[in-house]
Amino acid sequence: MLEINNLRASLEEEGKEILKGLTLTVEAGKVHAIMGPNGSGKSTLSYVLAGRDGYEVTDGSATLLGQDILGMEPEERAAAGLFLAFQYPVEIPGVGNMTFLRTAVNAQRKARGEPEMDAATFLKEVRARARDLKIDAEMLKRPVNMGFSGGEKKRNEILQMAMLEPKICILDETDSGLDVDALKLVSDGVNAMRSPDRAFLVITHYQRLLDHIVPDVVHIMVDGRIIKTGGPELALEVEKNGYADLIGEAA
Amino acid sequence: MGLPQAKLTATEARLAALAMPEAPGWTRLGRLGARARLEAMGLPGRRDEYWRFTNPADLVTPAPVPAAVFEPSENPVFHAMDRLRLVFVDGVFDAAASDDPALAGVEITRLAEAQALDIHWAAELYGTLEARGQEPVERPMAALNTAFATDGVLIRATGRAEKPVNLIYLHKSDTSDAILHHVIRIEPGADLTVLENGPAAARFNKVMEVDIADGGAFHHVRVQGRDHERRAVTHVFARLGQESTFKSFTMTANGALTRNECVIELTGDEGVAHVAGACLGDGSDFHHDDTIFITHDAERCESRQVFKKVLKNGATGVFQGKILVQPGAQKTDGYQISQSLLLDEDSQFLAKPELEIYADDVACSHGSTSGAIDERALFYLRSRGVPRAEAVDLMVLSFIAEAVEEIESDVIRDEIVERLAQWLARHRR
Ligand SMILES: Nc1ncnc2c1ncn2[C@@H]1O[C@H](COP(=O)(O)OP(=O)(O)OP(=O)(O)O)[C@@H](O)[C@H]1O
Ligand SMILES: [Mg+2]
Repeated sequence: MLEINNLRASLEEEGKEILKGLTLTVEAGKVHAIMGPNGSGKSTLSYVLAGRDGYEVTDGSATLLGQDILGMEPEERAAAGLFLAFQYPVEIPGVGNMTFLRTAVNAQRKARGEPEMDAATFLKEVRARARDLKIDAEMLKRPVNMGFSGGEKKRNEILQMAMLEPKICILDETDSGLDVDALKLVSDGVNAMRSPDRAFLVITHYQRLLDHIVPDVVHIMVDGRIIKTGGPELALEVEKNGYADLIGEAA
Repeated sequence: MGLPQAKLTATEARLAALAMPEAPGWTRLGRLGARARLEAMGLPGRRDEYWRFTNPADLVTPAPVPAAVFEPSENPVFHAMDRLRLVFVDGVFDAAASDDPALAGVEITRLAEAQALDIHWAAELYGTLEARGQEPVERPMAALNTAFATDGVLIRATGRAEKPVNLIYLHKSDTSDAILHHVIRIEPGADLTVLENGPAAARFNKVMEVDIADGGAFHHVRVQGRDHERRAVTHVFARLGQESTFKSFTMTANGALTRNECVIELTGDEGVAHVAGACLGDGSDFHHDDTIFITHDAERCESRQVFKKVLKNGATGVFQGKILVQPGAQKTDGYQISQSLLLDEDSQFLAKPELEIYADDVACSHGSTSGAIDERALFYLRSRGVPRAEAVDLMVLSFIAEAVEEIESDVIRDEIVERLAQWLARHRR
């Protein structure tokens, strides 16, 4: 599904290299988790994959379903099936949540040559999914993320993901800021979307998310590289011992 | 005190090219008074403080700078609405193209015809509000208009008008120099909506005097657009009685030069005056100026000024807005916001917001900002699949929304949003 090969990327302005030859393959139907110390480049990886400005890819490749995504515009990557749930979702004053969602859904459909979703169907779908995530109607009416609490913003990311039905879902610390109940809601939302033709890349610091969204594979990222890959037990090891041993092992 | 030589020469040259109508009838005194004011003030020049951001040179030359006629291919704005159309071609009323001006609750006469009569209800208003608006700031272009207007309409609303009156201006000649003067009187409790849309003329000078009696309501929605080379100076002078309402919204897109002045006097308690504008400018040959002056001279009145400008490719936007609260105008609620969204570094926004307050129990606020598109928000929208151009349009429309929301009618508001969106789609990049 998602194949990243020897990816190197630097900050455009400072020229500082953040991703230093990262290789990772996420198969269809699987959930992969990435853990790693602060500043190791996890968010940078997610931004580079989503196509944010400010990074220069100096080497390597990234393909989604065989298509090279690094040369695409962010909107093309989205239409190709890539979704990033932001670590820090952005507030957009004046743009209504519903208008935004509907524009996004239909823009992606248009890009893929599919018919637009009509207003009634859209409304029905949003309401049903919002209900599952306990996002109330009043929040849907507000401008995008405006005045949302940290946890509400994260739930709104999952609502967008549910509506857009992407192929690869990258979740960047979606668990941070969530209370225990919200963590359960969000995890249920993600689990409901698990399917043989969809994959997840879950960036997190904590085992508690992985208790709910059980990963098939866990990667440890340090200093812009994956230094170790294993099963769910790897996350438990990190939880218990931190990263020091793993870093020592790899060195 | 004499005028500086340059100003005197320019004023004399302009006056030499103008003539009053042969039979001005009841407008005669108003016109002569205005001419005297104009001679005393002289025409505006680049050095005048009030014209610091906008060069009036092309507005004051004896002959207009030629402006190519622009024929829009799409239907004019408001065309689908039920409204009474009054059409002016290059500043001359066109009866054949207009609707029969019979409307329940409203009396409409054409200035060029009405002034032949000996008496008219508009006699006590023609030039009166304009003259009041010359203090404390001089507005010579308006005095010129009162003195030399060739046409216009006189509208008196005595009840609730059953539909809006739509003044339509058409530009058919490259060298037209139109001077229109409208007088509108809203009788106690009456309610009228006036819509205006251009292209206008190669050069367009328009004054609208609006006198709103106690409990009256006047709604004004104007669209200035689709006429790239025209130059325009317009004035709205409004006087509000007790518990009356004045709401004016202007959308401006394109036009080489536009100066819209709006001068409002709140003279009765609990009056409400809102003026708003959304302006879209593309190119270094675009210059738009909103100059607003609101005087609170009664208690518990509310005024709002909401102006948004979207500028790209070297366009210039100007805002000069003032709230003057006179002694005794207690409980005044005054709000003013002027903001620009600069889509590139070549465009500029020049603003002079002012408050002058002589009462102690008032709540007035003003703010002015200039900003660029928020790149983080833009990436967020794009990451959800919204193409860049559409995402920018979405953000631009949301930026303008506060001004557009000042339009009360849903139907008109939707139409304006649609026009704004169309303009944005035509002007991508
Ligand atoms: N725009 C930027 N300007 C300067 N430094 C940056 C920028 N973006 C990222 N960095 C640096 O790159 C490194 C990787 O940052 P990144 O946000 O990818 O880390 P992370 O693994 O997501 O960390 P966390 O677990 O704290 O979220 C950090 O050292 C960070 O300071
Ligand atoms: Mg991060």
